[in-house]
Amino acid sequence: MLQETMTRFATPQPDGLDVEAIRADFPILQRRVHGLPLVYLDNAASSQKPRSVIETLTRYYENTNANVHRGVHTLSEEATAQYEAARAKVASFIGSCCPKEIIWTRNASEAMNLVAQSWGRANLKRGDRVLLTEMEHHSNIVPWQILSAELGFEIAYVRVADDGTLILDDLPKLLTPRTKLFAFTYMSNVVGTINPVKELTRAAHQAGALVLLDACQAVPHMPVDVQDLDVDFMAFSGHKMLGPTGIGALWGRRELLNAMPPWMGGGDMIREVHLSGFKPSELPWKFEAGTPAIAQAIGLGAAVDYLQRIGMAAIHRAERELTAYAMQRLREVKGLRILGPEAEKRGGLVAFTLEAAHPHDIAAVLDNLGIAIRAGHHCAQPLHERYGIPASARASFYLYNTKEEVDLLVKGLHKVVEMFAF
Amino acid sequence: MDLYAEEILDHYKHPRHFGHLDNPTLTYHDRNPLCGDEITLELQIADGKVADVAFTGHGCAISRAAASMMSEEIIGKSLDELKTWDKENILDLLGIEVGPVRLKCALLPLKALKAAVWGLGEEE
Repeated sequence: MLQETMTRFATPQPDGLDVEAIRADFPILQRRVHGLPLVYLDNAASSQKPRSVIETLTRYYENTNANVHRGVHTLSEEATAQYEAARAKVASFIGSCCPKEIIWTRNASEAMNLVAQSWGRANLKRGDRVLLTEMEHHSNIVPWQILSAELGFEIAYVRVADDGTLILDDLPKLLTPRTKLFAFTYMSNVVGTINPVKELTRAAHQAGALVLLDACQAVPHMPVDVQDLDVDFMAFSGHKMLGPTGIGALWGRRELLNAMPPWMGGGDMIREVHLSGFKPSELPWKFEAGTPAIAQAIGLGAAVDYLQRIGMAAIHRAERELTAYAMQRLREVKGLRILGPEAEKRGGLVAFTLEAAHPHDIAAVLDNLGIAIRAGHHCAQPLHERYGIPASARASFYLYNTKEEVDLLVKGLHKVVEMFAF
Repeated sequence: MDLYAEEILDHYKHPRHFGHLDNPTLTYHDRNPLCGDEITLELQIADGKVADVAFTGHGCAISRAAASMMSEEIIGKSLDELKTWDKENILDLLGIEVGPVRLKCALLPLKALKAAVWGLGEEE
């Protein structure tokens, strides 16, 4: 990945991505919704899939399908080889030293629950603190609330300023000597803020706390290198990065993962089982009970291939440019308020409210125009409470989105205002 | 588009019975946290019938129009009759096709009404 990224950095790309060629790789972008061409701007919820990923799934089911790590027959051996090759691809994509640091999960939520239930249960007790931020997705809040109710540790939050950035001045006093873990998002799925991960990680480590990074909105959109970031755990999901649903990953430093107890029991996670007890398998299988999402993992490997071919730095640059353009154009819409910071501090999404209309109505009218956006609290209710709003509308971009699509969004929003203005 | 028929938008922009009663007999507050829709329904009851009604809260066009239309309709109706109301009564009032996702918005006022007439305590 690094090589790919560096090549891309080194080669000037005056025109950015070849978006037209990219769009041709995504069959779904050809479809129409309510008779109009689909404008898909809900990528922070889930991305679309290129033909290469779809074909990888089909090829797997047509030629290879078998269970992994079990049979000695050809199909099982091929399936196992492809499945483990995908793990190696994902490991190198995020700068991990070795595939065994990648634990497959269903999604990022499961990855964070794994850290809570395995590491948390073994290491947290009454009087300890887990530090989160006010901008976390529910999947990085609720697992800790569930565990805290049982173990009695406290949860504290880094507050969010009006502009959607974290209030870092509070950090020294929030990172108490009893703080065992600082778990935060790389990029907010609502305000879009890209947090200073290295700075936050340094502060956490100085206070003796480990870092769990929710990189769900980052890994699909920018170069991410876990060794450079120096975090301890990182969670992300496959379906937001051109891969299938049902596959995600936890990356963890192997000495930490080695010391952690299994959290789910079943097939594949054991070395041996007797009526008197069991011995767990080694990494990474220790945390992977039962038949895994084999086709989906292999599909995610194909998604990583695709992203690397385009180049993560180029994708990030193109999305930032599109986001800056979108913010500028959205400000033309009457009564529209953008949540979060200026374009240079955020990734490829813009959440907003309209004076005239509820987010659900905005999304419904836009849908009628073939435009897919998200409306609601985006699984970040505390952040919406922080802003004193029940919900927001969100447009989120990916490598296949264009300025023309942003123009259609703005045109649609003018129509919403016209319909609903009092 | 069908969802936002003229009448729905009219009730959204000019909701009937929006506000408070001086001495409500029954009050019920309900919300739909997923959308952020919220309603407080106040009923004035006389002789077992709805003498007056008012509502406050915020929400999307569908939930507000449903509350507004429902308020007009229930005046003069007996509590016994209102206890038999179900989603069809509201959908008939709205007169539009409501998909599964928006159904929760449309039915929030009814949920509050049913809780009020059955005398359920406040949710919070």
